[in-house]
Amino acid sequence: MFLVFFFFQVPLGFLQRPAMEKWSLMTVTVLLALTVRWTVSLSSYSGAGKPPMYGDYEAQRHWQEVTYNLPIRQWYFNTSDNNLLYWGLDYPPLTAYHSFLCAYIAKLINPDWIALHASRGYESQPHKLFMRTTVFVADLLIYIPAVILYCCSLKETSTKKQVSSALCILLYPGLILIDHGHFQYNSVSLGFALWGVLCLSYDWDLLGSVAFCLALNYKQMELYHSLPFFCYLLGKCFKKGLKGKGLALLTKIAGTVVVSFAACWLPFCTDVEQMMQVLRRLFPIDRGLFEDKVANIWCSLSVLIKIKNIVSPQTQLKLSFAVTFLSLLPTCIKLTVQPSLRGFKLALVSCALSFFLFSFQVHEKSILLVSVPVCLILNEIPFMATWFLLVSTFSMLPLLLKDGLMLAYTVTTLAFLLACVASFSIFEKTSAEDLQLKPFSLFLKRYVSWFKSFPRIVRSLFLLSVTLMGVLSLMSATVRPPQRLPDLFPVSVSSISCLHFLFFLVYFNIIILWDSKNSRSQKKVS
Amino acid sequence: MWCSVEPGAALPTPPCPPEHRHYLPRASPHAPLRRMRGGAGRARNGGGSVMAASGRSWFGALALGVSFLKCLLIPTYHSTDFEVHRNWLAITHNLPLSQWYYEATSEWTLDYPPFFAWFEYALSHIAKYFDPEMLVIENLNYSSHATIFFQRFSVIFTDILFIYAVRECCQYVNGKRAAKDILEKPTFILAVLLLWNFGLLIVDHIHFQYNGFLFGLMLLSVARLCQKRYLEGALLFAILLHFKHIYVYVAPAYGIYLLRSYCFTANNADGSLKWRSFSFLHVTLLALIVCLVSALSLGPFIVLGQLPQVISRLFPFKRGLCHAYWAPNFWALYNAVDKALTVVGLKYNLLDPTKIPKASMTGGLVQEFQHTVLPSVTPLATLICTFISILPSVFCLWFKPQGPRGFLRCLVLCALSSFMFGWHVHEKAILLAILPLSLLSVQRAKDAGIYLILTTTGHFSLFPLLFTAPELPIKILLMLLFTVYSFSSLKSLFRRERPLLNWLEIIYLVQLVPLEIFCEIVFPLTSWKLQFPFVPLLLTSVYCALGVTYAWLKLYVCVLTEHVFVRQKAE
Repeated sequence: MFLVFFFFQVPLGFLQRPAMEKWSLMTVTVLLALTVRWTVSLSSYSGAGKPPMYGDYEAQRHWQEVTYNLPIRQWYFNTSDNNLLYWGLDYPPLTAYHSFLCAYIAKLINPDWIALHASRGYESQPHKLFMRTTVFVADLLIYIPAVILYCCSLKETSTKKQVSSALCILLYPGLILIDHGHFQYNSVSLGFALWGVLCLSYDWDLLGSVAFCLALNYKQMELYHSLPFFCYLLGKCFKKGLKGKGLALLTKIAGTVVVSFAACWLPFCTDVEQMMQVLRRLFPIDRGLFEDKVANIWCSLSVLIKIKNIVSPQTQLKLSFAVTFLSLLPTCIKLTVQPSLRGFKLALVSCALSFFLFSFQVHEKSILLVSVPVCLILNEIPFMATWFLLVSTFSMLPLLLKDGLMLAYTVTTLAFLLACVASFSIFEKTSAEDLQLKPFSLFLKRYVSWFKSFPRIVRSLFLLSVTLMGVLSLMSATVRPPQRLPDLFPVSVSSISCLHFLFFLVYFNIIILWDSKNSRSQKKVS
Repeated sequence: MWCSVEPGAALPTPPCPPEHRHYLPRASPHAPLRRMRGGAGRARNGGGSVMAASGRSWFGALALGVSFLKCLLIPTYHSTDFEVHRNWLAITHNLPLSQWYYEATSEWTLDYPPFFAWFEYALSHIAKYFDPEMLVIENLNYSSHATIFFQRFSVIFTDILFIYAVRECCQYVNGKRAAKDILEKPTFILAVLLLWNFGLLIVDHIHFQYNGFLFGLMLLSVARLCQKRYLEGALLFAILLHFKHIYVYVAPAYGIYLLRSYCFTANNADGSLKWRSFSFLHVTLLALIVCLVSALSLGPFIVLGQLPQVISRLFPFKRGLCHAYWAPNFWALYNAVDKALTVVGLKYNLLDPTKIPKASMTGGLVQEFQHTVLPSVTPLATLICTFISILPSVFCLWFKPQGPRGFLRCLVLCALSSFMFGWHVHEKAILLAILPLSLLSVQRAKDAGIYLILTTTGHFSLFPLLFTAPELPIKILLMLLFTVYSFSSLKSLFRRERPLLNWLEIIYLVQLVPLEIFCEIVFPLTSWKLQFPFVPLLLTSVYCALGVTYAWLKLYVCVLTEHVFVRQKAE
């Protein structure tokens, strides 16, 4: 599999001939990223040795068991063989197919791993190795090629810049820790989404929509990204004229989406009850506004006001829907009216962030859906992107701590920070211009005059925030919380992260909304 | 007092490059400190552009990066060497000095020289704050989480010495190829080749040993010799010898080089030795240093009358010619030929099956290996072979000194020769040749070619050290990482010269890939696995032995022929 990938990389190297060929640098980068992934995967996983429910690792194993042993019609239904209360399948069909494929291989190696009922809570060293390998392979086949190709497609950047972007993106600790440590297959859905972005950047709209449909059918959480995709494509059609080419394109895209959805859902299309059941499993509305300690607005507010107790579940749903919608609106309108690739990437960030902060039933791991689009703008706004990525990893600290991944968390986070500092020298990129705030500052200059010391302020804020995160991480790992406040550290981690995320939401919205003025003013200057 | 005449003055390339001289006008004891401070300062207020502009901060990034990787390797498999070192911690912590070399509760008795024992003693005083249980001698195979953390971190922290030594070596390296691109600077490439060395990573941080800081001492002494700070270099090497006696393999190079360049202070015009320039003071100083260090290390045991016991522990000749897994050296080939002859002989009824010792057919699994056709090898024979093979390189160093580079080549040849012919050689000993050769590889294309062959085969021969399934991807990934980097970087460094490797060498190296696939994936699936479990090890060792022998011969030929070339020029 490696070799295939290397040979794939070789032709790219011959396009340019810099000092060390691009393909060898990229290969080294990929190998480094793979090494880090595998070493992280040696540590413990979620729910290791914790009966009766175990964790996500057991969930994935259980899905293999269910999909392999039961007929497809029973996958999403509660039957005597399929107790939905014990890690029932609640992801879209592609995940189920993937589980089925893995189960097939598992069966070849050791049938005990997926024996119906008997294998519940199965844990062993070889099995762990097998499960880790499945994630590793999925990552290698889907996510990593997408990142490498994306970085190679960056225009107006030197080879070295492309390689260092690839390195930083691939070393992003959040995804590594959740997929290879905690145990999930986020790299598949995120990888498909990246393929979508990649295709759109080459104007292959149909392929892009297929890729995104695959992402959506792997994990319903990809809905966070759906609005920018929709608005960007719609805007593109509008631009071409709604009556001529635009309409044709729109029809083609709509057709592609419908066909790819139908293909994914084919076995469930036999009757309506099947589809409704799958949908009910995918969107469990009755699970409440939030679970655990999520760094979103509802969980953080509940420190002050117990929203869950005051408002009825139905109102909670409406409330969160309304707030999410309002926060999405400006970005989406802007993107539809002025579709541009840069705007699209930024919209992916801001929409996903809005969903994460305001929507219903958010998991702490959903921050990855924001982080990956942020990775895409890492080479444009390195300072802010690095900051955000650090915060996003930090926001998952309580989860990682529970899984016994403290060492991996510390090391990979520091390594990521090192990689970003070394390859982008982020501390020198804190001026308003580097943060793409020039138009906004011009707009504000009439009212405020503190913009001169802006870089210094931003830098000290960053250092303050990093120190705070470091101290809190250290304390969560070592200090026992006071008896009266057992959740002191998780709550403070989530509230601090939430504050950061709000700040980032505002920031990203500002850049998006002041974008066109930016290009216009640049034109004036030139 | 410092040597006034450049020993390698006749060479086309001056051993002390202009840039280096500019950096270091006179070798003063405070120079490294000053330089370090300067580097750090520049790193902090470095320029705006990527990596390159920020002065030497890339070195810090490389060193930190590899340290992070080492931390990630903490949960990996560790070999019995982990228990060996835990046992030594316990022995030195609990027992008085007089019993250190007598204690035998565990089978892993103390068999390193006294300085290493003192090092363990010092560590044990930190270890007690982590987990006092690990310091109980009877706690055999004790490995709590705290113990693992402590021992692993002790290796990572002592590697700081290695990092410092690499930094010093990088400053010595020729800076004439002042490339604009940081990735093409010899210093950068050297730093990566040394800091990210695959062998050191897996031997120290997975398999578990303390080679990092020991090689740090060695590289530091080399750097000091290159900077003409001979006494410091000698002192460091003397200390190193009393940390781990395996470095005695390269002692001839040190001895001759010091004698030639330090004890004799001048050369004749044609580069030959000026006997009159012998400096008695210098010899006395050197002898004083060596004796002082030895007295400090062995003195207490001489006073206690335990020297014979210490020596018997340090040099256990009771072990076999080869280690359980044959190191890829001459004896591996010798054994393989013996085995092949046995098989052939049996087939054509030239040998009597009843006379063949049983153990010989399980070779690779049993320590004692009996030869059936070829004569058996005694320790004395290996000693003589080693001596003879070292001799030409030493002569070369004496008669045709080429400054630090000649010394380094002799050092590598000494290490390789003793690896080739030594008694009970470990496969890890190949690092002794690989690391110093890295210094040469970034300076000349010829050495770079040899380096690529030697590192690839030498590192590949380390694979059997890690045989557990979870470590399989790590060793393959790290090996690929290092190999891809070393090939592409050296190729780009010498891209204006002829190709580094010829097609035969390339074919040989590429064949390692199918070999690995066969040994790790195909072979375990076949039915031979139970019948002939030793086949993968045998194949690996013999195949790598070919490469190592070839690299050794090539380097030797390179050194010897260059000798003639220089003399002609001198005439």
